[in-house]
Amino acid sequence: MNAPALREIDVQDDLESRVPDGPIQTKWERHRFDMKLVNPANKRKYTIIVVGTGLAGGSAAASLGELGYNVLNFCIHDSPRRAHSVAAQGGINAAKNYTNDGDSVWRLFYDTIKGGDFRAREGNVHRLAELSVSIIDQCVAQGVPFARDYGGLLANRSFGGAQVSRTFYARGQTGQQLLLGAYGSLMRQVNSGRVKMFPRREMLDLVLVDGHARGIVCRNLVDGRIESYAADAVVVATGGYSTAYFLSTNAVNSNATAIWRCHKRGAYFANPCFMQIHPTCIPQQGEGQSKLTLMSESLRNDGRIWVPKKAGDARSAQEIPEDDRDYFLERIYPAFGNLVPRDVASRAAKRMCDEGLGVGSTKRAVYLDFADAIGRLGENTVRERYGNLFDMYHEITAENPYRTPMQIYPAPHYTMGGLWVDYNLMSTIPGLHVIGEANFSDHGANRLGASALMQGLADGYFILPYTIGNYLAGVAPGKVSTDHPAFGEAEGATRGRVAKLLSMKGKRTARELHWQLGRVLWDHCGMERSGPGLLSTIEKIRELRAEFWSNVRVEGSGEDLNQALEYAGRVADYFELGELIALDALARDESCGCHLRVEHQSPEGEPIRDDEDFAYVAAWEWKGEGSRHALHRERLAFDNVHLAVRNYK
Amino acid sequence: MSAENGTRSYKLEVWRQARGASSGRMVVYQVNGIDQNMSFLEMFDRLNEDLLRRGEDPVAIDSDCREGICGTCGVCIDGRPHGPLPNVTTCSLRMREFPDGSTIVVEPFRADAFPVVKDLVIDRSAFDRVVTKGGFISVNAGQAPEANGLPVPKDAAEAAMDSAACIGCGACVAACPNASAALFTSARIRYLSLLPQGQPERTSRVLGMVEQMDAEGFGDCSNHGECEAACPKGISIENIAKMRREYLRASLRAG
Ligand SMILES: Cc1cc2nc3c(=O)[nH]c(=O)nc-3n(C[C@H](O)[C@H](O)[C@H](O)COP(=O)(O)OP(=O)(O)OC[C@H]3O[C@@H](n4cnc5c(N)ncnc54)[C@H](O)[C@@H]3O)c2cc1C
Repeated sequence: MNAPALREIDVQDDLESRVPDGPIQTKWERHRFDMKLVNPANKRKYTIIVVGTGLAGGSAAASLGELGYNVLNFCIHDSPRRAHSVAAQGGINAAKNYTNDGDSVWRLFYDTIKGGDFRAREGNVHRLAELSVSIIDQCVAQGVPFARDYGGLLANRSFGGAQVSRTFYARGQTGQQLLLGAYGSLMRQVNSGRVKMFPRREMLDLVLVDGHARGIVCRNLVDGRIESYAADAVVVATGGYSTAYFLSTNAVNSNATAIWRCHKRGAYFANPCFMQIHPTCIPQQGEGQSKLTLMSESLRNDGRIWVPKKAGDARSAQEIPEDDRDYFLERIYPAFGNLVPRDVASRAAKRMCDEGLGVGSTKRAVYLDFADAIGRLGENTVRERYGNLFDMYHEITAENPYRTPMQIYPAPHYTMGGLWVDYNLMSTIPGLHVIGEANFSDHGANRLGASALMQGLADGYFILPYTIGNYLAGVAPGKVSTDHPAFGEAEGATRGRVAKLLSMKGKRTARELHWQLGRVLWDHCGMERSGPGLLSTIEKIRELRAEFWSNVRVEGSGEDLNQALEYAGRVADYFELGELIALDALARDESCGCHLRVEHQSPEGEPIRDDEDFAYVAAWEWKGEGSRHALHRERLAFDNVHLAVRNYK
Repeated sequence: MSAENGTRSYKLEVWRQARGASSGRMVVYQVNGIDQNMSFLEMFDRLNEDLLRRGEDPVAIDSDCREGICGTCGVCIDGRPHGPLPNVTTCSLRMREFPDGSTIVVEPFRADAFPVVKDLVIDRSAFDRVVTKGGFISVNAGQAPEANGLPVPKDAAEAAMDSAACIGCGACVAACPNASAALFTSARIRYLSLLPQGQPERTSRVLGMVEQMDAEGFGDCSNHGECEAACPKGISIENIAKMRREYLRASLRAG
């Protein structure tokens, strides 16, 4: 650690993953046997708070209700069905091997470890691959209308970097249908009284009693009331934090607030700089833009990506003959072609644009061309496969992709980083469990397509319901109520913060400052990073944060529905998180997965990993306002998949 | 024509209603410098930024995914839920659809069962309560049999998916002269009734959901067909006819 910013960081190798010993194939089975159980008759005496109703939170809340626990379930949306999981298009992986093409639990495990560039925990990933098959069974039983073949059996397709067809899908609306399945189960539990829903509530703090997570403080988004809820354990499932970058494929209300407040109460934040840039998004069009729209990467199954061979070629796409086109992914990566993993595809597109070969009005775009596919399969088949995506593209750009190639550019999409959890999905705060995109587990430095839905549902349906029992079995139920002074303290802090935001009456809006933060992060902590760039980014973010806290303007009152206030609170957290993202990127002095340090690349621009020094999870501990974060490293061991250089050539 | 580099200007007439107040009023705002590729909600972002800078309370308006799938957004634009285009949600609507200089009237989705929370934000929790009365298949995590043990004919699966595509935005209710929720409710009933997994609860589901729909204060369906025209996801009115048949069948069984 050479940079001055790093020299004084306190580093320890003291994180215990609690992955059970023994052969990887039977770890989970043995662990389930070894875990303590809560007696069925006692479950109703335990209250569990679940924050979030996406695939992770919704499936967890429903499953815990089915087991008989008393569940309080919160979300910022007006209905649990609107969590951003709803927007997932492409599909969900499972090692069913229905296509008889050689898939297996082992292969899915192997692909995920390799895809994650050897920065994920083997034990967790194997468990995920094992459970993938039960997820599909569960969803089908719930009535999720997956695509089917003429015989009435489930259809599969191959997806983002996989050489087998293991992806299940429901047209281009897989996330919506999976979420509605979980939502149905959740509503069933609401009807039975086991789950109580609290929509339009924003978690603003975690409450600890004697070092254990025992409740939360929320703001009621309708009337502004600050409310406390007590429980025997807390589960946070509030999704990813790509919105720190301002423009991303996430929903405009996606946020890091809940996990950040947990972090400030003692939960370590792992690998914050591991964030994924998705290659197939509609390019940015103007400054008023609020988000970027992703088009499922299933498009890469049939679309071919190219740029003109000559920089500054002013001809329209159709006028450029075959010989003057560079199908650069097919050229550089002949084995995988257009199906290389996301980080590889994104970086290649960026490099083309950096070399002046980009297309479109901003020159930050490459073509995704379906002419060949339409010629080979006919327009109808292409419409059947991608019709809704083509419609979406047309809606946004007013161009017809059946006639002219689409233009695409990478955009921030998914955060592999998140709160650190052990094998039981428990954070460094006892009782606080973190699931779905909000935790850091399973995807290492890069997530494979169609694996986030799988992870969220594995966590919620099949892992947490067991592991939380192991924790609760050691807790006497119902011992803490909101009368405890810790709740008063947290409520007071929350009220103070709201009042501060409202009182500044400055000159800048939160949106302007967020936009600036996003630019800085995207430029220096996006697809490529460098030591000097990151150091300047940290400085810049500190300046922006100082400006925010002296000059932001939020109108309206705290006792009302106030979207400007909600937003400003989230932006405030992005500044702190943004700095940690940059610090983590700086400290990880290697290239791996989505994290490319320009100092560590081959002459052809391929990332060079440093397993000797960096085969670890970086978990950061908050040390208080104005103090440096401390780094806790969890060393990763690869006993089953041999450390190897990823090679997609 | 408005000035700089091809941007557009609009006059907005926007419904403003304080939280908890029983009445509201239309307020006129001017927005300038709108790029025609901006979405309708990005135009609103611009308005709200202007209001903030002027020290005024921004307009409350709901949205989230901004790509037409979460169902959070939805306002009446010139009297039409989600505006002028078929099969497009408010968030996916682009300003190129609105001529420069035009006046745009923006109101919340109106229905007794959807009380206004503030300005353009409404409370659609009635939809969730309808779903709690059977809009699901009862299966606990862990109980499911092997997925391919239960083939579903492709056409049934496709038809089920057509109905399941509903995003629960409430445009159907806002469009209906009776503020009926028949399209929303029937889509979920029909989707589940088409699947073999949905058969065991077929009777209790339709009875429970229809009863709750009525209890929430939604009006009756009298076949105006406005719901189908307003639906951003093309949910067919055929679902309502099927729901009636399901209901009759269930009443006979239950009776
Ligand atoms: C456009 C898009 C397409 C994608 N496509 C795919 C795909 O094809 N396959 C795949 O595997 N993955 C895909 N992903 C990734 C995947 O969808 C997500 O990683 C996953 O759905 C996240 O689920 P989650 O339950 O963790 O969080 P979310 O679904 O984001 O849910 C978060 C929940 O937390 C609540 N919440 C948030 N903050 C607070 C707070 N402070 N207080 C209270 N509640 C709060 C929200 O209301 C919501 O209920 C896609 C992602 C995007 C953005």
